[in-house]
Amino acid sequence: MSFSIKKQGEVVVVDVEGQLIVGNRQELKQKVLDELEKGEKKFLIDFSQTGYIDSSGLGVLVSLSKKIREQGGELRLANLNDDLQTLFELTKLDTLFQISDTRERALESF
Amino acid sequence: MAESRVAFDLQIPSDVEYIEGVVELARQRCRELKLSPTKCSLNVPVALSEALSNAILRGNDSTGGKHVRIRAIVSDTDLVFEVVDDGPGFDLDECTQDCTLPENISREEGRGLFLMKRLMDRVESFRNKGNVVRLTLHRE
Repeated sequence: MSFSIKKQGEVVVVDVEGQLIVGNRQELKQKVLDELEKGEKKFLIDFSQTGYIDSSGLGVLVSLSKKIREQGGELRLANLNDDLQTLFELTKLDTLFQISDTRERALESF
Repeated sequence: MAESRVAFDLQIPSDVEYIEGVVELARQRCRELKLSPTKCSLNVPVALSEALSNAILRGNDSTGGKHVRIRAIVSDTDLVFEVVDDGPGFDLDECTQDCTLPENISREEGRGLFLMKRLMDRVESFRNKGNVVRLTLHRE
């Protein structure tokens, strides 16, 4: 499992490779907060290479969304597979996040 | 009465770093049992991950030196996981929040037990030589 960060235009894109779970959620949180600290405002998390997410991982996404909004920024999500889409629907987090089918659509939406 | 067999019986140190390995083993067993792809890739990984992290972080209170035991039991009809920690136990219904209520939806915590219940066919918590959380999933 790992997280890679790169900039596409004005958007910081984070790829989550593997699982987003209790054992690694802090690493994702810190990486995004470091970028926020540098003044970045637009964030996209791409789940195309993600296996499963547990409740701690979902909690970190909620936490980051709040912190980014507090700084006047936006967090969007892309590429949820069917299982992850089900997870977001079960928890109604699909109503809290702006979710795009593809990275390209997500980038265009900012 | 349906016959059952133990698919695996493990004891891990009480450390969240061990969760992913246990979940991967469980996924392998699910695939061998030819459970549906969704059960293999969503229901079992997420529910078992929640039960293990609850056992480590809450049951054992993140205390070093403790252990968590995990047993997977297969019958003709069900796959059952039992996760045992050293904690005092908890009231499952009392501790489960509905994270989909408007007042809870943007909370950072409180989705673990909810997800376990939604992703498994039955979730039980009881005491038997430790605090046991039993997750039951119908194979069909």
